[in-house]
Amino acid sequence: MTARTYEPYEGAKLERLEADAAAILARYPEHPRSGLLPLLHLVQSEDGFVSPDGIAFCARVLGLTTAEVSAVATFYTQFKRKPNGTYTVGVCTNTLCAIMGGDAIFDELAEHLGIGHDETTPDGAITLERIECNAACDYAPVMMVNWEFFDEQTPDSARDVVDRLRAGEPAGDTGLAAGRDSSVDTPTQPPSGGTADTKTRRKPSEEA
Amino acid sequence: MATTLTPVLTDRWDASRSWTLDAYRKAGGYSALRTALAMDPADVLAAVKDSGLRGRGGAGFPTGMKWGFLPPPDGGPRYLVVNADESEPGTCKDIPLMMADPHLLIEGAIITSYAIGCHHAFIYLRGEVVHVYRRLLAAVAEAREAGLLGPDVAGSGYDLEITVHAGAGAYICGEETALLDSLEGRRGQPRLKPPFPAVAGLYGRPTVVNNVETIASVPSVVANGADWFRSMGTERSSGFGIFSLSGHVTRPGQYEAPLGITLRELLDMAGGIREGHELKFWTPGGSSTPLFTAEHLDVPLDYESVGAAGSMLGTRALQIFDETTCVVRAVSRWIDFYAHESCGKCTPCREGTYWMKLIYHRLEAGEGTQEDLATLLDVCDNILGRAFCALGDGATSPVTSSLKYFRDEYEAHVTGGGCPFDPVAAARFAYTPKGLVHA
Repeated sequence: MTARTYEPYEGAKLERLEADAAAILARYPEHPRSGLLPLLHLVQSEDGFVSPDGIAFCARVLGLTTAEVSAVATFYTQFKRKPNGTYTVGVCTNTLCAIMGGDAIFDELAEHLGIGHDETTPDGAITLERIECNAACDYAPVMMVNWEFFDEQTPDSARDVVDRLRAGEPAGDTGLAAGRDSSVDTPTQPPSGGTADTKTRRKPSEEA
Repeated sequence: MATTLTPVLTDRWDASRSWTLDAYRKAGGYSALRTALAMDPADVLAAVKDSGLRGRGGAGFPTGMKWGFLPPPDGGPRYLVVNADESEPGTCKDIPLMMADPHLLIEGAIITSYAIGCHHAFIYLRGEVVHVYRRLLAAVAEAREAGLLGPDVAGSGYDLEITVHAGAGAYICGEETALLDSLEGRRGQPRLKPPFPAVAGLYGRPTVVNNVETIASVPSVVANGADWFRSMGTERSSGFGIFSLSGHVTRPGQYEAPLGITLRELLDMAGGIREGHELKFWTPGGSSTPLFTAEHLDVPLDYESVGAAGSMLGTRALQIFDETTCVVRAVSRWIDFYAHESCGKCTPCREGTYWMKLIYHRLEAGEGTQEDLATLLDVCDNILGRAFCALGDGATSPVTSSLKYFRDEYEAHVTGGGCPFDPVAAARFAYTPKGLVHA
């Protein structure tokens, strides 16, 4: 039994999560189960992965068994079964990006960080992943940091990004694609939406 | 006469803060909605039917006909679900569209919902694009604030809610019935059809599922009319679409043009293949469409012509590879993808993609045999048409087409003890390989 890496579901945390869960379920009137993926994103944004307590929370909110919730959570690649690092660095190694240089970028980062696919640096800063096509092929090779795009990467630029992230510095703008304006300088997690989405440890972007 | 670009969907992408309601309205946005709300819903549907607009998500099914399949209203809910799960390798049009011009999609979703009698629409967005998710949420909130969503849309007495829903990383959820299961909070696995979603879709109710680009095309049809739309493209593939050029091309990007344009024309606009190199192979519509070669440069990129030439128009995701690219390496990586993304429901797809993956890894490592090449074709034969959905069929496309056009290259991997290509030559930067094994 490994030590729990997340706060227990009690007190202020539980109150906050229950309010977020209620806001999520309000988006799916008469069909609360549609809120399951957003709820899983919510607990992952809190704990860094879909924790056993997070699964129990989703099950209780929706009146499902933990087995039913786990069956869904384990189907989707984005839901993690163990804690990721502060930054999830994904290198696209699907065909187009791989050939344009994604394989070389992944190799560079693997050697530089001393980790392989789905592994985390000992300081807990970076989890390295191979990712599938994320729909930015005209900016290949593409890398994503906590699901924000980094376009037209090279081994040098990718190494620079992870070094800055580990040093706690802003990793710079992506800025190349139409309308992409956000910079990754705070830890982010996948979306849970609504109030939950604005609440997580994310820098407010310059939306609207 | 040379074909020219026809920016409609991409027209506002370079505007300052193009994603805001203010910018969209300044460019004439939401005027089509007012036009539509003054029409009878049946007339909106008829206009879309007359335009000949076909689904832009890959299958090319006539959009107006799809809407027309909904049974007559019975007093219960009917749904519009926008498929924004863009995940087909090479496809990169919907994500930039939603990023640069989210209100175009929202206006299209409101008009479509009005036409089909829907009061709660969903946008199912792939989960990996957090910034697009934020942008859609902000745009929906802006539209609601402006009275364009919610009760009494734009003072018309019509009510509509739009919920933006994020997936969680599963290519299969782009398949419309798997998407519906996922939206219902389940594993995203395809349903047996019939019943089709038009009859029993989301929550068992009549549902229209359309791709982002399809829905985003609707406002311009309403604003300019079916004849305007039909003035572009070909008789059976009318209108315009986004052609996504990526890979070994001088200026990759999104080129919006009439259907029926050729790759030769698109390459002229994109500055050609990267300097000093020549076209080797390309996908006309994503990795699930059979490969084309230089002999297909003049095939009109419309549904009929691409089909007649042995492939599919798909999502117009033109992934372009020059002579430095090993076709076995390319297809191997696509098969890794299909094996990873097969939902596991149907044995031929689940097992077939897995065994093909092992064969490809053997070939690239120099451990393949002649028999492996025959086995690949045999496995494809046992996948094609033998599963619930088209994922497995798509996996066979690059395999059979690459063996058809480049069998010599496969054999060189067998007889030469591995891959004869230098990956450094194909990359867009110079580097020193680290000799790591990619498996």
